[in-house]
Amino acid sequence: MYRYDDYDRQIIKERVKQFQGQTDRFFAGELSNEEFLPLRLQNGLYVQRLAPMLRICIPYGMLSSAQLRKLSEVTRKYDKGYAHFTTRQNLQLNWPSIEDSPKILAELAEVEMHAVQTSGNCIRNTTTDQFAGVTPEEIVDPRPYCEIIRQWSTFHPEFAFLPRKFKIAVNSCPDSDRAAIQVHDIGIQIVKDAAGEIGYKVLAGGGLGRTPMIGSVIREFLPELDLLTYLEAILRVYNRYGRRDNKYKARIKILVKAMSPEAFAEKVEAEWERIKDSPSKLTLAEIERIKSFFTEPAYLALEDQPAALTDRLAENKFFNNWHHRNVAQHKKPGYAIVTLTLKKLGVPPGNITDKQMDRLAELADQYSFGEMRITHEQNVVLADVEQGKLFELWEAIKSLGFATPNLGTLTDIICCPGGDYCSLANAKSIPVAEAIQERFDNLDYLYDLGNIDLNISGCMNACGHHHVGAIGVLGVDKKGEEWYQISLGGASGQDASLGQILGPSFAREQMADVIEKILDVYVSSRNDDELFIDTFRRVGITPFKERVYAKPN
Amino acid sequence: MPNLIKNAAVVADDWTVLDKAEAPAEQVVPTGKVIIPLSTWLAQREQLLARAPEQTGVWLDSDEEPDTIGADLSHFSVIAVNFPKFADGRGYSIARILREQLHYAGELRAIGDVLMDQLFFMKRCGFDAFAVRADRDAEKALAGLADFSVTYQASVDQPEPLFRRRMH
Repeated sequence: MYRYDDYDRQIIKERVKQFQGQTDRFFAGELSNEEFLPLRLQNGLYVQRLAPMLRICIPYGMLSSAQLRKLSEVTRKYDKGYAHFTTRQNLQLNWPSIEDSPKILAELAEVEMHAVQTSGNCIRNTTTDQFAGVTPEEIVDPRPYCEIIRQWSTFHPEFAFLPRKFKIAVNSCPDSDRAAIQVHDIGIQIVKDAAGEIGYKVLAGGGLGRTPMIGSVIREFLPELDLLTYLEAILRVYNRYGRRDNKYKARIKILVKAMSPEAFAEKVEAEWERIKDSPSKLTLAEIERIKSFFTEPAYLALEDQPAALTDRLAENKFFNNWHHRNVAQHKKPGYAIVTLTLKKLGVPPGNITDKQMDRLAELADQYSFGEMRITHEQNVVLADVEQGKLFELWEAIKSLGFATPNLGTLTDIICCPGGDYCSLANAKSIPVAEAIQERFDNLDYLYDLGNIDLNISGCMNACGHHHVGAIGVLGVDKKGEEWYQISLGGASGQDASLGQILGPSFAREQMADVIEKILDVYVSSRNDDELFIDTFRRVGITPFKERVYAKPN
Repeated sequence: MPNLIKNAAVVADDWTVLDKAEAPAEQVVPTGKVIIPLSTWLAQREQLLARAPEQTGVWLDSDEEPDTIGADLSHFSVIAVNFPKFADGRGYSIARILREQLHYAGELRAIGDVLMDQLFFMKRCGFDAFAVRADRDAEKALAGLADFSVTYQASVDQPEPLFRRRMH
């Protein structure tokens, strides 16, 4: 993974000093609340319902065991011994004090970590495929491009005060999309043209929140070296013309829609013409330099599907279940990609304790070259595990609660922290996730249901991505009471779509029953192995509506 | 007390910023060093072109187009860009367009809600003068110009991005 040099280290060191100064001036009354707000937000510091919240950046989800050990230490020292992985591949501390934050940042800097631009109206952490570099599906490893974007967007002087937050995602697989690029402010699809040259298809104006939209393609093919100048052109058009009068209409998607994607693309092209040959144009040398940080680890020449694996799969049903759901194909023979699920019953999705972090760091060292990835589904990936050691690893993670074999199933829920933690939430989301996980804990039934994304957001800011859940749940406030609205038919991959609202909302205690009725309709309507999303697309929302809102006889 | 930072020092300010007028064509532009609202400049351009450039400046609001004065740049000793609120970041783009695309080389001044914590970014985008908000101490704000000694991107103060300058 990327390692800092003296320049990177200097920048982070100066940031810590700058933020310490800003915090001191805030407490000395030299900075008003209003003035300190965007400064602390750009350092990931929110003031939440119960305490401040610090969001620590994990660039495109890549984390080393040394970094995780530091996160564990920080969680123990400055927080209550647990933290929360977010849908932006970051980590949140829920209980640090504002006064401690500069100290936390200084400690993080020791392991090349920070909280820069994890919040605020600026360019956020660029995200990508959690299987980057190890999946046989990809055209090229997308992480070097993410790192190039990270450096360009870090303290970009022109784009620190955008109309609203700005999220970029990169995908490099032609036939799948684990990075959900169609629902990002900018989505970058790495492609090869007919001549075999690397380039990018560029999408703009996707997003969730209260006005969910699928992004529009604004350029079919952008040559490899033009990445930064083109991003700069998009950002400049957005910075100048995005709405600033209403924060709910300030995202780029509103501008793209208002102008039309074609007119927006023209404006971007016109701006790009003026700057495309500026020194910001990438060089092959720079791309090679960044790529040199993402070389393959020292893989062994291994037999694929060794007996050590196949024997265990044949004799142990539980291991087989887990292997089937949570292990993915690696590009190298004899290796496997393992997803550890942080979705155990009774634990808020994405939450992890300091002890689990320490143990996870050991496992990464022992089984996966000391590195791991955080996924936007709030799970953790060990990307380079020898197939012959999968059984051993499975045994080790079972006791940690990381082996729930529910990846991709109904109970692998994406869930925001909700009203238990977040001051923006209309409703709690974690108890709904728990009620659903509790009701549907029969694995055979879950496997029979197949892949179903169930996503829960506690408010329309949509941190839980409810619009792109096959089943989406949104917390709403009705006269001071917490209610839940259901939508069906959302998807975030290559066939991205936004869910349709089922009808009037439900009380929390009704939720598990309602989900059960929805699943009944699916099971009785599906053809053979048809997935929930495909059945929904075929039969439409009506049968679900009729069943859920049927009057009791 | 002077509150203008120029060339990294607090200096006296002998310019007057003229407020926007409801009827720009009829606004009286006084003699002496004045910074004229863009709308007034455009409405009275023919007459105002006769003013001495040493006594003439213009200011743009954050929603105005720098291209509209692209042909007039040699008539100004100062161009000011207003930040109605410090969180309104449009002025950064306007500054870069003035410097990098229209090649304006004279004084570029940030006015309005100009605060210490934004000075570094403003400087990077091409501002070389900062009218710090009246209730703040410009001497203290000076430190903000030096928040970072290393930067990744190309901008006005450093036309080469770090990747073209990195030493190995």
